[in-house]
Amino acid sequence: MTHALHPRALAKANPMPDPLLTVRDFSVEYDVTPPVKAVKNVSLELQRGEILGLAGESGCGKTTLAYGVQRLLRAPAVITGGDVVFHDAKGADIDVNTLDADEMQRFRWDKISMVFQGAMNALNPVATIGAQLDDVFLVHRPDTGRAERRRECEELLEIVKVGRDRYRSYPHELSGGMRQRVMIAMALALRPQLMVMDEPTTALDVLVQRDILQQISELRHEFGFSVIFITHDLPLLLEISDRIAIMREGEIVELGTSRDIWERPRHDYTKKLLSSFPRLTGAKGVLAR
Amino acid sequence: MNIPFRFILNRAVFYLFTLWAAITINFLVPRMMKGDPVTAYMAKYRGQISPEAEAAIRALFGLDKDKSLWQQYLDYWGLLLRGDLGASFSNGLSPVGDVIATALPWTLGLVGLATVLSFLIGTVTGAVIGWNRGSRADIIVPITTFFSTVPYFWLGLIAIAVFASTLGWFPASHAYDKGSAPEWSLDFIGQVVAHGALPLITILIASLGGWILGMRNMMLTVLDEDYITVAQAKGMPTRRVLWRYAARNAVLPQLSSFALSIGFIVSGTIVMEMVFSYPGVGKMLLDATSAKDYPLMQGLFLIITLAVLCANILADIAHAILDPRTRQSEA
Amino acid sequence: MTALEFRNVTKRYRVRGAQPILALDDVSFTLRERQTIALVGQSGSGKSTIAKILTQLETPTSGQVLLDGKPIPTRGRGLRAYRQQLRMVFQDPFASLNPYHSIRYHLERPLRLDDVVPAAETDAEVRRLLERVRLDADAVIDRRPHELSGGQRQRVAIARALASRPKLLVADEPVSMLDVSIRVGVLNLLAELQRDEGLGVLYITHDLATARHFSDEIMVLHHGRVVEQGAADDVILTPQHEYTRALRAASPDPEKHFASAPGIPDVRTANGGAA
Repeated sequence: MTHALHPRALAKANPMPDPLLTVRDFSVEYDVTPPVKAVKNVSLELQRGEILGLAGESGCGKTTLAYGVQRLLRAPAVITGGDVVFHDAKGADIDVNTLDADEMQRFRWDKISMVFQGAMNALNPVATIGAQLDDVFLVHRPDTGRAERRRECEELLEIVKVGRDRYRSYPHELSGGMRQRVMIAMALALRPQLMVMDEPTTALDVLVQRDILQQISELRHEFGFSVIFITHDLPLLLEISDRIAIMREGEIVELGTSRDIWERPRHDYTKKLLSSFPRLTGAKGVLAR
Repeated sequence: MNIPFRFILNRAVFYLFTLWAAITINFLVPRMMKGDPVTAYMAKYRGQISPEAEAAIRALFGLDKDKSLWQQYLDYWGLLLRGDLGASFSNGLSPVGDVIATALPWTLGLVGLATVLSFLIGTVTGAVIGWNRGSRADIIVPITTFFSTVPYFWLGLIAIAVFASTLGWFPASHAYDKGSAPEWSLDFIGQVVAHGALPLITILIASLGGWILGMRNMMLTVLDEDYITVAQAKGMPTRRVLWRYAARNAVLPQLSSFALSIGFIVSGTIVMEMVFSYPGVGKMLLDATSAKDYPLMQGLFLIITLAVLCANILADIAHAILDPRTRQSEA
Repeated sequence: MTALEFRNVTKRYRVRGAQPILALDDVSFTLRERQTIALVGQSGSGKSTIAKILTQLETPTSGQVLLDGKPIPTRGRGLRAYRQQLRMVFQDPFASLNPYHSIRYHLERPLRLDDVVPAAETDAEVRRLLERVRLDADAVIDRRPHELSGGQRQRVAIARALASRPKLLVADEPVSMLDVSIRVGVLNLLAELQRDEGLGVLYITHDLATARHFSDEIMVLHHGRVVEQGAADDVILTPQHEYTRALRAASPDPEKHFASAPGIPDVRTANGGAA
């Protein structure tokens, strides 16, 4: 999973575009009465190896967008327009919307995987976490033998620091932080090129959160995948993302590097969001500048 | 899979206690009844009852007032452990145990089979319908529910009228041909199957609705859970998600219902037995009640209690096996 | 001057077949009128237990809870009076209001139960309370909770808490379930009410930044013990205990983050582009 790495400094000041995902005029509507436009003509280009933050409050469409580009939406959500093109490292350009059911199934998790909010319900309560990791290999890499699958799963558990001896544990036997790490391990299994993370640390303690973010950062450096990080916690995004897209009512109102968003917010809504967070250090007051 | 010892011990103690309580209540109830209907019968049959049978009946019904309550209690336990449930008044004073044994296998066999089949077919159908919500298969639900509400005797009578009288495919009543005696021959087994067909099918039709509805509703609830979305996001094939992720979780409450219904198998389905003249436990209990055959009634109650307890134990075990969360001892 | 004191409070929960859980271990603090204390702790730190003891849903295993120097009343009229003095605002604006009743009902009840104003003035008082929390009385008074937004609901919850004119308020994570852009608004409202009514407020939260923003004093709770206590700025800017330091290091702080990593100057702003 290597690609030609531009020197990071050069990339930042003069990024040569190496897009991984191109979303153009993407729209999603909820087919209810009256119909709700959840995502309105969103366009963005995700670079290879970049961390893109998607910030916004509840109902802004960030989750719908993230699910939409993977075709994970369920009725009554309907994709009403636009394309999503995945630029595979192996060379091909894949139009996600034109994949049939079989191709979609193979595409999933292999090219794009997802980390959900790991709280109570993201793991099957009646299966061991080992079995749930094993599942992935069983379906996507059917030629691997049982012993090798087992080894892969245990290695994944070690990478995320949950430990291989947890292979036989059930989800309810693990703490929230560990469950989240298991979700990350699961998402990492097939070494995808993009990981979409939906509020992965929201339900966790601040200390555990920092740990997990650290882990994600290390993994990203080691394996080189891109990340779309969805959360309402803007200060968090400012610290970990390369670029941030601010969403409101289905549209991206501002998109820029995190430093730009911090130092030179342009849209009023961005400024409003920034001013909703009190400063931890520095002068007392909110983040409003 | 590791079921903690403590959990098993916990449940075992609980059930033993429940069993003891049920039997003790069974012991106390006749002794608390006003009047003494049993004495009248004893008087009627005196001379035909052997002394042991008489003593047994006295013990079972608390007529042995000359002994202390505690002594009666101990004797009662003694009788039970020997399998002596007294003599049945309405069956020529044959031992109650024997009498029940003529009916129990029929009930267990037919109704048991019907319940298990109904559960399996209903649950699988419900899972599939729930998964494909909004499809045309949904129509199965109102159809089967309709048949559940139709009075069973009507269903049975129509079945007899159509399939037995008119088409002659199946015999209309009883468990085996008149004049045959129960034996392990192919011919006899053939008769049992033929006679059992209509009752079985009608019970199935009448009870499927409940299982399908229950499972379908649980599926709908489970399908909204995050781990289903995760499974699909992982690219799991539909079949895998349906059975291993969704159905596996949705079936858990169904199991409890199933366990309860097993318990009730033993009480038989009286209506079915009346319509088809099937020699089962339900009819036996009804006859015993009309004849005021107390020993038989008590014996049947005991059997039913034991069956319900066993069913509960099985349900607990099944639940522990299938749902790892219940294995931790309850606080 | 009303003061509520926790003195060496310990709370142990018995768990059948396992070690008892030590939820609180020798916790002491005093909450006075006109003062705000933030209780900062992560999940499992014991902060909910403190809220439960304050509202008398639980009793301490050892130690005392004193109101104005005397143990808090646990029965009868004394308990009623205590409950009037100390009110709570809960975390979940969806769950803390009864979906069946109107906003008017929610606010009339405490007024009636505690005889705050004569019956004839009830309606006027309800409106006054709604104005106080910056809600349009006419617009919301006859609505049901589900017709209001999360922020509006929380304001109603605050109005309800203030109805009996308490001296002390316990706010248990009052904004963590609200949308981000309205959190500061609600917190500012609480701060304003605290100043105007002279309330003593115990603000329970897991978030260091809002704790600093809102309170005079901060108490850091870890595994049931108070590991650090002091003026808000002192605790945040110069933490003494290593746990507090860890908390601070782990909390997102964009200001520090960007200050310490100047990055490549952006060509566009190199010529004095302003913020």
